[in-house]
Amino acid sequence: MSNENKQVKHVTMVGDRTIPPKDARFISIYIMGQRYKVPETLTIVKAMEYAGYQFKRGCGCRGGICGACGTFYRVLGDHNIYTGLACQTVVQPDMILAQTPFFPPNRADHIGLLKSKLPPDEQIATLYPEIFRCVGCGTCTRTCPMGIDVMNYIAFFKRGDVLGGAKESFDCIMCGLCVVRCPANITQMKVGMAGRRIAATRLIPSSAVTRKRAEQVRAGRYEKMLSELGQMDKEKLKEIYVSREREPNLSQPGEWMPKDQSHL
Amino acid sequence: MPKLTHVPYYPGCSLKTKALGYERSAMDCAKTLGFKMHEIATWNCCGASYPLTKDNLMGLAAPTNILVEAEQHCSERKIDAQLITLCSFCYNTLKRTDFEFKDKPEKLETLNAFLKRSYQGSVKVLHYLEYLRDVIGFDNLAKMVKRDMSQLRVAPYYGCLLLKPHKEIGLDDPEEPVILHDFLEALGCQVVDFPGQVDCCGSYLIMRNPEKVLELSHNILQEANEYGAQALVTACPLCQSNLDQSEGERHGADHFLGVQGMPIFYFTQLLAVALGLDTELHQFEKHCIDPKLVLSTCFEDDAKKIESKK
Repeated sequence: MSNENKQVKHVTMVGDRTIPPKDARFISIYIMGQRYKVPETLTIVKAMEYAGYQFKRGCGCRGGICGACGTFYRVLGDHNIYTGLACQTVVQPDMILAQTPFFPPNRADHIGLLKSKLPPDEQIATLYPEIFRCVGCGTCTRTCPMGIDVMNYIAFFKRGDVLGGAKESFDCIMCGLCVVRCPANITQMKVGMAGRRIAATRLIPSSAVTRKRAEQVRAGRYEKMLSELGQMDKEKLKEIYVSREREPNLSQPGEWMPKDQSHL
Repeated sequence: MPKLTHVPYYPGCSLKTKALGYERSAMDCAKTLGFKMHEIATWNCCGASYPLTKDNLMGLAAPTNILVEAEQHCSERKIDAQLITLCSFCYNTLKRTDFEFKDKPEKLETLNAFLKRSYQGSVKVLHYLEYLRDVIGFDNLAKMVKRDMSQLRVAPYYGCLLLKPHKEIGLDDPEEPVILHDFLEALGCQVVDFPGQVDCCGSYLIMRNPEKVLELSHNILQEANEYGAQALVTACPLCQSNLDQSEGERHGADHFLGVQGMPIFYFTQLLAVALGLDTELHQFEKHCIDPKLVLSTCFEDDAKKIESKK
């Protein structure tokens, strides 16, 4: 650790530790039981990095969408357990943090079953019979950092409405915090995922556009582009990323075309 | 057309799967009778059996969620807080939960704190039959019947959960109930009163000990048959399923073969027939014993009348 720090010192722009402005106000938070002073307004991830932690694996997307940084926390003197994504939640005074490590979900093998002849609702019931143990306590719903009514989508699957469950669970980012808290040992996120896959393969009509594009991908249309990118050096990659063209938000179909059409 | 009364409705899981015909026929009849059943937006399984231990808070969580959703549904629309149900299991669980909260308000307080909800205890749980009796009125119902049902000899079968325990449910007399009798009379059927009407069909023992259930159900059917019934009506999806399977077994039917025998109707299915509604979507074909055979013998004259008109 100390050796690494010494090396880092004379390399500029390496490391993610925030450099706070001179007049920053500091608050104390607790990480693994240790108290740290960190500048306020940081997110939990940045505060932990400020405190000296380095995330090498499973640090996630830092954009609030991958679900890798699901965090439980308490605040001193408050009996409630709160949840949030560490990359999205701003630290507050006296926060006591616990990021969930890998928590084993029950992951049924549903890929083979997608071709099954069972009706969709019975498929879910066969893969995850434990959903019928739900006692309706609603802890999952109160835990979800995405504000999904988790219990409701489990209820949809229980009553055989796979499409309803798939829609209700659509915003799930698979952080698994509900799974940690469920007293009935249900793996809600995996049930939702299986439901969405079953709905997509069996219940929702497939779109011609998507099928066409999938065929193009399989036929290797993008292989050349990808290998070009793979061989590019870092500076060049940065350059083309910064100068990339973007379709303006809310533009009508057919209204906008990129200047460089060599890849279309 | 007059405006239909808005009645919040809790279906329960069976009504969305095995007992779809029950729900559809009930909804169709409701529209004819002047009310519309609005499914509450969010609901979960009621738990199916009421938790009988003293420390039953966890078991009450599920029904409380439903009641609080119903309360919100009603207060948003500024209507009387009530909730109509069809399944006897759901009715029993919800009604007893409600009773428990009136009896022991501290339990509601604990649950509200745990669930982070604020249920006020205002929802009145109703069974569809109760609504027909107390709001529509069987006299009025009789006036709306379109078909001559007098050829049909029907035995009412109550089962357990619709009536018991009397102190908590209070729908009707637990041993000598009349609500289904009165209902069938209003339809103009010949009512067959038989002693097995409040016997247990075996209920969810069907999962553990199907032989026992088929035997219990068989006794009920046998008795009804001896008293001259052509068909049975029930208000419970599980009773319907057990009795229908048992009768199907007796007649050597595989599932859905539609053999002749004593069909088990949901009372709403028969109501739809009596009101002259289109019953095509009421899933008569999902019964082991095809109800259409009995109906066609009873409506022979009707059929002839229709034939002659053509």
